[in-house]
Amino acid sequence: AVRECRGFWRRAWQRGAGGPAPRGQRVVAGSAGGAAVPAGKSGLAPWVPVVGLEIHAQISSNSKLFSGSQVQFAAPPNSVVSFFDASLPGTLPVINRRCVEAAVMTALALNCSINKRSLFDRKHYFYADLPAGYQITQQRVPIAVNGTLSYSLCTDNKMSQMVTKTVRIKQIQLEQDSGKSLHDDTRSQTLVDLNRAGVGLMEVVMEPDMCCGEEAAAAVRELQLILQTLGSSHAVMAEGQLRVDANVSVHHPGEPYGVRTEVKNISSIRFLAKAVDYEIQRQIEELENGGTILNETRAFDSKLGCTVPMRDKEGKQDYRFMPEPNLPPLILYDAKSLPANTNHQQVVNIDWIHERLPDLPSVKRAKLVEQYGILPEHSFTLLNEDGLTEFFENVVKHTQMKPKKVIGWILNDLLSYLNQHSLTVKESPVSSSILADLLNLLEKKEISSTAAKQVLVELWKGEGKTPLQIVEEKKLELIQDQEALEQICQAVIDGQE
Amino acid sequence: QKVTVDVLDHLERLALVDFRDSEGVERLQKAIQFADQLHEVNTDGVEPMDSVLEDRCLYLREDDVTEGNCAKELLKNAREKVEEYFVAPPGNIPLPKLEERDTYLQSS
Repeated sequence: AVRECRGFWRRAWQRGAGGPAPRGQRVVAGSAGGAAVPAGKSGLAPWVPVVGLEIHAQISSNSKLFSGSQVQFAAPPNSVVSFFDASLPGTLPVINRRCVEAAVMTALALNCSINKRSLFDRKHYFYADLPAGYQITQQRVPIAVNGTLSYSLCTDNKMSQMVTKTVRIKQIQLEQDSGKSLHDDTRSQTLVDLNRAGVGLMEVVMEPDMCCGEEAAAAVRELQLILQTLGSSHAVMAEGQLRVDANVSVHHPGEPYGVRTEVKNISSIRFLAKAVDYEIQRQIEELENGGTILNETRAFDSKLGCTVPMRDKEGKQDYRFMPEPNLPPLILYDAKSLPANTNHQQVVNIDWIHERLPDLPSVKRAKLVEQYGILPEHSFTLLNEDGLTEFFENVVKHTQMKPKKVIGWILNDLLSYLNQHSLTVKESPVSSSILADLLNLLEKKEISSTAAKQVLVELWKGEGKTPLQIVEEKKLELIQDQEALEQICQAVIDGQE
Repeated sequence: QKVTVDVLDHLERLALVDFRDSEGVERLQKAIQFADQLHEVNTDGVEPMDSVLEDRCLYLREDDVTEGNCAKELLKNAREKVEEYFVAPPGNIPLPKLEERDTYLQSS
């Protein structure tokens, strides 16, 4: 079956080419901005791009997954490394309870089935930043499987129509992060820092239900918001706390999936969309020119905006998975299976965690829409900008202006200014209380809305003046006195004669 | 059946072992035969055991920082270091192809 894709397809079929036309194929003429599926040479069958994602999220915890060394970004090299992390003989893994809880929270938020009994395995490969020669992961029975993630896309660039999509989550597994390699090509050596070795990761595997860069980016953005809301990961891509690898292939409708490539080295959500779209384009062009796609790993070059084959990848890897002999199965409990007389410290109770989950982004958005009467797309923007929801709610609390009107000032005036000057909400020179004061003047009809915008321009300068002071200084008050107004009008009329 | 040269070559690359001579290969062959005896047991309907610890509970540690801060000790064993970094070759040094190698397998 062909999945509905937001991309637009050209309907032209070449006689005899490709398989039978699938049912329900949408036919839309013309091109669309950002469409992932180009027409190709006219007369050729359309392409269906297939995108799957493997996401590694660093668990937000004090210490590492199997050892007591600290999880610390940018610490002095090799300063937060234990003997176990350095793989010195005689050391053993001891699992961190907080990491297990983080994985359970994430699994619940993604509607997964939790495996109450999961196992650990060793994945073997040689690399300087993997001192043990293997990574402890969960290959046979991961902690959670079969979930879903819902995300939204705008159907046009104006954000006036939103469409909800879902992507299936194949599984979530706990695993170790590796150390970091710094390549020094001039001296032909690699410097190895093991600070990151052993940090807990949740690998989230998304099924290939997406079809373009925009969908992949939207799905990852929503996952990022969920992780940050749960607190299970800070998920800041720039600090390596959220890493995304994309699996991309193309095929003709009705035919089997094409050969896929893996794209790595994607450092932001924006680059994720670019990398995926570039790779789709590259594969289509390659195939239309009679070439073939290799099952290879490619790196995204953000400066050139393209993918290139990765060096150091010799053929197909054989990881020789084997059970981790030093770790018994991980057992999780719920209210029903909880044995009596247990040491609470030794028990992870799924139901207990479920009861304490915070409101997920989708729930927060729905509540904002219901409580304040704003549009769904407004709620997306509010949650998308760090601190904007709090700002908005603060303003609403301190003004009589209806939230439906306040939101316009927040999204059009405040946010556009902040974006233009690359400021975060927290860095805003205009605070929520100052904006509330301004909107109150407007609401009480002491100034016009044009005047209010003028006052705002002054307020951005951050000189510490209140809205009222600026109004008085610039004489922007609306004149209410009937007599005074008549005099002014008369003067204008007199002036014309 | 005999273990083929391709499989031996594959194992040498994966595990960085060197079968050295015909005696080494013979020993491998015998080890496989010994392990193959497991197939004589009927395991229909029996869950595999992959650890004698399977009935134990995995001990959960509290999320406290209790170790680390020993860069000096860790680097003591390093042959080469640069400012608290371990030094390694620029990438995985690829094993030469079978034909180019000075190993017993070449002649077998």
